[in-house]
Amino acid sequence: MNIIDVVILLIGVSLFASFIRFLKGPTMSDRAMALDFMSVVVVSLMVVLSFVFDRSIYLDVAMVYALIGFVGTVIIGRYLEGGL
Amino acid sequence: MFLTVMTYMGYLLLFIGCFFLVVSAIGILRMPDLYNRLQAGTKASTLGAMCTIMGIGFLHPAWWVKCFLLSLFILMTNPLSSSVLARASLRSGVKPYKLVVNECERYLNEEKGDN
Repeated sequence: MNIIDVVILLIGVSLFASFIRFLKGPTMSDRAMALDFMSVVVVSLMVVLSFVFDRSIYLDVAMVYALIGFVGTVIIGRYLEGGL
Repeated sequence: MFLTVMTYMGYLLLFIGCFFLVVSAIGILRMPDLYNRLQAGTKASTLGAMCTIMGIGFLHPAWWVKCFLLSLFILMTNPLSSSVLARASLRSGVKPYKLVVNECERYLNEEKGDN
């Protein structure tokens, strides 16, 4: 087992644990928070996978995905607050 | 020799980042309240994602600038989204855990009275 596989396994464990919170969160803010955390974890997973596959283009995809996730979280927050 | 030191630094940063990501996920699962979960899930995940991305930047030095920009972007935007979510959930009526005195209630009512 390579050393980078352990890293991918640990990131997958944290992604799965936050997905459980996304499924059973009592309020809507819990689900939005779990979605924000999952977007950050997926960005770091994309960077690790770009090192594994040796493709530089995945870093740009990760940057765009971080931007989209941040904007989505802010818009969900504004909607919960009632200003949208 | 220098490349070997860079490789060891990269793997060390990768494992520190993964440790903080797993700790943050356990905090999201186990904390009793939305605000505790928000704190555990944002601060530790910011450190974990930054350490992971900078570890990849140490392992592959040609991508160092992109990894640094990505970690800087996460450092700037992640506390901001956490603040927006906490403010929105407080205003939409999510009560904190074991709350005794709510001082924010009065200010919120005053704001509603102004409007």
